Amino acid sequence: MLLLAIDTSTTAITVALHDGDGVVAEETTLDARAHAEHLAPEVQHALAAAGARPADVTDVVVGIGPGPFTGLRVGIVTGRTFAFAIDVPVRGLCSLDALAHAAWLRGHRGDLLVATDARRKEVYAAHHLLDEGAATRVAGPVVDKAMNLPDDWRAMPTVGRGPVLYPEALPHPFTSPVPPPVEVLRGQMRPANTSTGGEAGEPPLLDVSAGALADLAVRRLAADAEFDGLEPLYLRRPDVAPAAPTKSTLG
Amino acid sequence: MPDEPLVLGIETSCDETGVGIVRGETLLADAVASSVDEHARFGGVVPEVASRAHLEAMVPTIERACRDAGVTLRDLDAISVTAGPGLAGSLLVGVAAAKALAVALDTPIYGVNHLASHVAVDIVEHGPLPEPTMALLVSGGHSSLLLVPDVTDDVRSLGSTMDDAAGEAFDKVARVLGLPFPGGPHVDRAAREGDQVAIDFPRGLTSGRDMERHRFDFSFSGLKTAVARWVEHRHRAGEPVPVADVAASFQEAVVDVLTKKALLACRENDVDHLLIGGGVAANSRLRALAEERCARAGVTLRVPRPGLCTDNGAMVAALGAQMVLKGREPSDLGLPTDSSMPVTTVLT
Repeated sequence: MLLLAIDTSTTAITVALHDGDGVVAEETTLDARAHAEHLAPEVQHALAAAGARPADVTDVVVGIGPGPFTGLRVGIVTGRTFAFAIDVPVRGLCSLDALAHAAWLRGHRGDLLVATDARRKEVYAAHHLLDEGAATRVAGPVVDKAMNLPDDWRAMPTVGRGPVLYPEALPHPFTSPVPPPVEVLRGQMRPANTSTGGEAGEPPLLDVSAGALADLAVRRLAADAEFDGLEPLYLRRPDVAPAAPTKSTLG
Repeated sequence: MPDEPLVLGIETSCDETGVGIVRGETLLADAVASSVDEHARFGGVVPEVASRAHLEAMVPTIERACRDAGVTLRDLDAISVTAGPGLAGSLLVGVAAAKALAVALDTPIYGVNHLASHVAVDIVEHGPLPEPTMALLVSGGHSSLLLVPDVTDDVRSLGSTMDDAAGEAFDKVARVLGLPFPGGPHVDRAAREGDQVAIDFPRGLTSGRDMERHRFDFSFSGLKTAVARWVEHRHRAGEPVPVADVAASFQEAVVDVLTKKALLACRENDVDHLLIGGGVAANSRLRALAEERCARAGVTLRVPRPGLCTDNGAMVAALGAQMVLKGREPSDLGLPTDSSMPVTTVLT
């Protein structure tokens, strides 16, 4: 298999290829305002790095958010269209699950809050419970002000940009219990075999990594588990109001 | 590249998801999905609603275009896409989809100008464009007068609207008259029963001084306000509003200025072909008056059929095919969108 994973729900425009044994290429750019510029070249670079042609891809998975709409759509339409063009299946996964899975791969166990930037002074948030088997979403995703999230959520170690943006409301940024697997780019990403609370020092998990998304997708496929559909998780309605009555022009 | 390149074009600059397929200068498919009904109750296009609809319509519309054309994506020689001008969020959906196709199919991509595409579409309708051609583009988003020596490389703006686009004025006047959105077809229909000289509405930017400073520019905001005031006076006086007469007189004021300036531009630039495109080109009175005035001036009028005047993917494919035929360098895969792309930038 060669699975192409794409996510544009956070600041990271991120692409990875996974061959069933591990991530064979990953490309990421941090640029919250230029998703469409970077994404296609990244796919091309990742394919070149993996020595693969587009037609070698067997599966596509996209992060369906929640995330700021404009960037989110770039990833979803790219995944859908690419898969259609080469006639392979395309599946969606909640992007917050990919962030939780990244924490799981680093060996975190127990409760976890994922809180990403929803702009307008709000966060997209979900509560995950991580055990030896997997990271499971218990509640969410929701969109709200960080301070309005349940107190027990805010007390949890938190991944995503939430704690960076709202340190008072989200005072427990996640720190890696141990260094992450070294062979991110070869061999399966294995969860580190250590309990929570080890030494810190790894970069915090601020944005979605397509490598983690790909790894999660491959595990779900292997387990014949469910995916999340291909509809974006907007969580907000468009900002519109029905047309107001015409104003007088006569003063 | 083959002599007759097979090009797929994607258009998402406003509320129409358009995918067209052209072989050389022959139109094979023109699939369009519109979200206009979703905007009707808001009285205008809502950008976020349009963007959401583009995402949902994109793959089904590509699929339909391929089926209609009887081709598979693997047959394509190039992809072209509207890179601007237009609604930023809408443009991004089309450009991302076009790039995904270009990567997946390993084809070149051309990021082209929406307005130049409105001109190029007539190549697949009425054959090669005389060089130069004068183009009057009138829609809900644009009102421009362009001198086009070469649609792939050299498009010059002679003038454009200073305020509302012509189609926007139709929408606003329709609202004042209690007609549905989009206003163009409804005003046109109502006007057929009315008297176009019943009310003397103003012709914007046609007075002596304005003709010096804004010779080929347009203004429809004052006209729209004049109509609203006239109607409101009637309401206040408790008199019925003669909808047909108002519609006809308003419409006449718009198309009179459009055609007068377009033909003046033809004469002063020594151009004997006038092309009218954009959604307002579907207006029956604009077509009739343009025909009359062109015939009198010895200018050949070209107007694509209504389906090719409104936003569509065929026009983008048509311009993309011209880019291939003329050997233009394709765009970089990192090409950006530009919501206010100047018309002089034909290819990004």
